[in-house]
Amino acid sequence: MSENKALEVRKQELTRAEGGEMTRTRRVFIPRTDIYEDGQKITVVADMPGVDEKSVDVTLEKNTLTIRGFAREAGPENASLMYSEYVSGDYERSFIISSEVDRDKIEASMKDGVLTLRLPKAAAAVARKIQIKKG
Amino acid sequence: MFRRFSMPSLWDEVERLQQEMNRLFNETFSGRLSAFSGFPAINIWSHEDGAVLTAELPGLKVEDLDLKAVNDTLTISGSRESDLPTEGVEVHRQERGFGKFTRTIQLPFQVDAEKVSATYRDGLLTVTLPRAESERPRRIAIKAS
Repeated sequence: MSENKALEVRKQELTRAEGGEMTRTRRVFIPRTDIYEDGQKITVVADMPGVDEKSVDVTLEKNTLTIRGFAREAGPENASLMYSEYVSGDYERSFIISSEVDRDKIEASMKDGVLTLRLPKAAAAVARKIQIKKG
Repeated sequence: MFRRFSMPSLWDEVERLQQEMNRLFNETFSGRLSAFSGFPAINIWSHEDGAVLTAELPGLKVEDLDLKAVNDTLTISGSRESDLPTEGVEVHRQERGFGKFTRTIQLPFQVDAEKVSATYRDGLLTVTLPRAESERPRRIAIKAS
């Protein structure tokens, strides 16, 4: 499962379903994300370069986890863009979390443009694993 | 009679085809050109005193990043380690890339290597590349004859 993932240049843009449109006209990208789970928690790690801890927004509504990041403009002042390979923009992505999560104990941290979320499983969900006996 | 009507429509058709081809070609290649040039993707901003290069490099350690400026080139190299635990986890998704990268960028001017500075904040690398003193533009006074 853990195949080596090479570094990629391209960013994938978010395409929005009909009816929903952002009020801001900035481009919105889908952050590249790793998700892994152990017995105690689900960990979500998302690359959102240009986003600091103050401009990230994480919500968990029912079982939909949504992460949003608002990136600052990277360009220096009094300079003009002479050559461009990437566009800076905001980030947004939603996931459906299948396990029961202990909502009060969710931890989020933002470091060097990487968001790390730790979603501890609720006690009920941890204990729900049923041992199967060899018959 | 026949020519008068068919010729314009034929040219219209050719033109339409050409536009369609251009569109297809642009869609296929515009986004990928950067992939050919390497990782990381860069933006270069120019101003009077030189240029500023920015790159999106989330989750790197500053000590793993290496910058070299020689004459008119800048080499960015570094590596990103995978922070995925190797044992005891079930991986649902692995999209974040890792590994080594190196990229050399040629600038349209000689860089004053002594004065190059760089910052790394929120996963963004910003490199300030001042133009060498000998290449600074000189204002030329125009004399009225």
